[in-house]
Amino acid sequence: MRLFPVRGGIHPDYRKERTSESAIVALPLPAALYIPLQQHIGAASEAVVAVGDVVKKGQIVARSGGVVSAASHAPTSGRVAAVTDFTAPHPSGLPQPTIVIEPDGRDEWAADLPPGIDDPFAADPKAIRDRVAASGIVGMGGAAFPSAVKLNLGTQHKLETLLINGAECEPYLTCDDRLMREFAAEVVDGARVMAHALGAPRVVVGIETNKPQAIEAMTRAAAAFPDVTVVGVPVQYPMGSERHLTQAITGRETPARKLTADLGVVVHNVATARAVHHAVRFGRPLVRRVVTVSGGAIARPANVEAPLGTLVSELVAFCGGFSQPPRRVVNGGPMMGQPLPSLEVPVVKGMSGILALTLDETDEKPSQPCIRCGSCVTICPCGLVPVEMAAFIRHDNLDGAAKSGVMDCVSCGSCSYICPSHIPLVHFFNYAKGALNAKDRERRHLDQIKALAESHALRVEKQAAAKKAAAAAAAAARAQAAAAPLTDDDKANA
Amino acid sequence: MTTAYNDRAGPFTHAPTSVSKTMFTVLAALTPATLFNLWMFGWPAIFLFLVTVGSCVALEFLCVRIAGGSPEGAIGDGSVLITGWLLAVSLPPWAPWWVGVVAAVFAVALAKHAFGGLGQNVFNPAMVGRVVVLVSFPVQMTAWVAPRPLFSAGAPGFVESLGTTFGRNVSLDSISAASPLGFVKTELARGIPVDQSIVNVPGLADLLLGFHPGSMGEASVPLVLAGGLYLMWKRIISWHIPVSLLGTLFLMGTLFHAVDPARYAGGLFHLITGASFLGAFFIATDYVTSPVSKQGQIVFGIGIGLLTWIIRTYAGYPEGMAFAVLLMNALTPILDQHFRPRVFGRTRKGQPLPVKGDQ
Ligand code: SF4
Ligand code: SF4
Repeated sequence: MRLFPVRGGIHPDYRKERTSESAIVALPLPAALYIPLQQHIGAASEAVVAVGDVVKKGQIVARSGGVVSAASHAPTSGRVAAVTDFTAPHPSGLPQPTIVIEPDGRDEWAADLPPGIDDPFAADPKAIRDRVAASGIVGMGGAAFPSAVKLNLGTQHKLETLLINGAECEPYLTCDDRLMREFAAEVVDGARVMAHALGAPRVVVGIETNKPQAIEAMTRAAAAFPDVTVVGVPVQYPMGSERHLTQAITGRETPARKLTADLGVVVHNVATARAVHHAVRFGRPLVRRVVTVSGGAIARPANVEAPLGTLVSELVAFCGGFSQPPRRVVNGGPMMGQPLPSLEVPVVKGMSGILALTLDETDEKPSQPCIRCGSCVTICPCGLVPVEMAAFIRHDNLDGAAKSGVMDCVSCGSCSYICPSHIPLVHFFNYAKGALNAKDRERRHLDQIKALAESHALRVEKQAAAKKAAAAAAAAARAQAAAAPLTDDDKANA
Repeated sequence: MTTAYNDRAGPFTHAPTSVSKTMFTVLAALTPATLFNLWMFGWPAIFLFLVTVGSCVALEFLCVRIAGGSPEGAIGDGSVLITGWLLAVSLPPWAPWWVGVVAAVFAVALAKHAFGGLGQNVFNPAMVGRVVVLVSFPVQMTAWVAPRPLFSAGAPGFVESLGTTFGRNVSLDSISAASPLGFVKTELARGIPVDQSIVNVPGLADLLLGFHPGSMGEASVPLVLAGGLYLMWKRIISWHIPVSLLGTLFLMGTLFHAVDPARYAGGLFHLITGASFLGAFFIATDYVTSPVSKQGQIVFGIGIGLLTWIIRTYAGYPEGMAFAVLLMNALTPILDQHFRPRVFGRTRKGQPLPVKGDQ
């Protein structure tokens, strides 16, 4: 298959060999599971269980809280110990509503799980989407966008390709690699089911060529299906970015402010495909995920399949704990991952990795003045000029930064990675994007208030006019009455 | 967990790059050519080199101290060493010590720190230093000597050399000789066509190696080129500026020479005389004062090549590289504005690409 060049990018030290040969191992049931109501992009889900409730594995514990939201299910059988605030795996370290489940150790599936769909390809695409929604599946590559919403894109767009993202371009992470090697058939089946739900005639699986075994396994699994193509894509960070993978495979560039779906392409992650397979074929909701636990400070790096809600501290302990104090513990890959405020946070649906990195690995240095070396310009995969945007932001010129394209930045971190002056460029851009979004919201809010105020004023005016008219009418009537000759009654009253 | 921090966003890994690593790689690339130059021009050149670099470092220390920064850190980044080094090799090797000191003041204190220090300057500090002394002390700055390699017959001894650099009564006439560019230019002014005068300048091999009068940096094209290629290999610089600069210079020389050989020197002559290679690989590629995008760098290189050729050919100075670099430095902010990569998903004008627009 012909591939197309993608601009810029970097070639970081991948360090995948630490876990790429460790087969996925299942974590023993922990003592408690913490299910946050917000594990996805969109509205928080709403708890449907109360303290003391007995739950079975796969039973819904929180229902979707809106159009863009996702349900959550009990990862094992047990009892709801609490519905309380608990620290979320987010850099802020703020607590958020969480359902705490105490496993009973029997790990029993609920009896009333929906049945598997025998021939999903004959099923109505809507039935598949409903099943995916009911199973609480979100994008498992890290974005955690509700998958059912994304599977809806076929209803508004004419789709050509479902792109399965097996690039796994972040250093260290190997969970997708292992999934493709060990469960290729499940991934391929899930992908084909999704393509059916989307109405996309073909599936392309893109895998970076540094995972030859995964490519081989997937190619074998896809051999029987002429509509599925597995292709090795260049090892070039951020190949796993939707827009860039789409460009590499279709040669088409997603226009700014549009979706890849506008080009007829929808991208889903390999782990998501496997989750869809389980949901559709067996009626099993998303209750576990594979997490790569790695980094120089982890004693025995591994790929661990853990029930959702497991505390990160248990994952770390399972991997032998820390061999040395880590400088950072990161949720996700080292490029786009988020620092964790504490180990006492739960594993969530979008958590692909837990990395305990040493100072040597993070290579943090105080930033120096920009020497205008231009490296950031050369490598930016979005064609931006990071050095210029950063200068604008430093001078608090957000409009300048916006004009310079900061809203088109995908926060891939390549510029910060390459900068010889160690300037935290993405940090600036994330700040600016947040501030600009807030400003935008504020403006819209103000517009709304203004519109409301105007309509209120209009209403008041109308009312006043109506009153006036009524008053005038009344006055006229009175005048008329006064002018009219007195009737006998009037006389009588007088 | 007491050791992990969440005070900082990612990425949590970094390329093995740093400012000092970059700068010291540049210095390493300059070293072979410079050692050769120092050997060729002997003790006076060595003294001048030390005085110039030393003054630059001292001034950096002073300026950063005054500005309240950390002088050790500033010197440690290596940038001032490059400035001093390039400045030293752009001076006539037997110039008196104070030429180096004055040039250093203008380069470091004015061109660099008055603009705000590392990364803030608009003009290449070394070239500012060189141009200021060239304009202020034309006699000293055009007193070239023929190479007298260290320890060779006729080379000045250590003590005698101290006199040359630090003494007061150096007779400039006794040492002065013309550089090839200067020679051709004066001859042309005397009415001697270029194609006749050029046979009297050293042969091609000597020009290449640098066995001709000139500043240190004008010598030894092969070693400068080797240093430049090393920098490209190390990805400190890219081909864009050197190739566009030298290409333009060569093209202009060749074109005009073909039209009127009596008036214009050829392309090859332009390439291997003067500071063409040093300028193309080490001076024009200065990060701070050149455009950040590749597109801008190509235009920048073409501009310097063109201006160098024009100044060499028509203006009063035989060598125009320094002026050309400074002129293009002034344009760098504008080049940065106009020559930028196309943003992903947008047209060159910045509008979102049309949805069904297949390229
Ligand atoms: S990579 Fe860093 S030093 Fe180089 S231009 Fe960009 S911001 Fe400046
Ligand atoms: S983080 Fe943004 S600006 Fe930096 S390289 Fe990635 S897309 Fe470009």
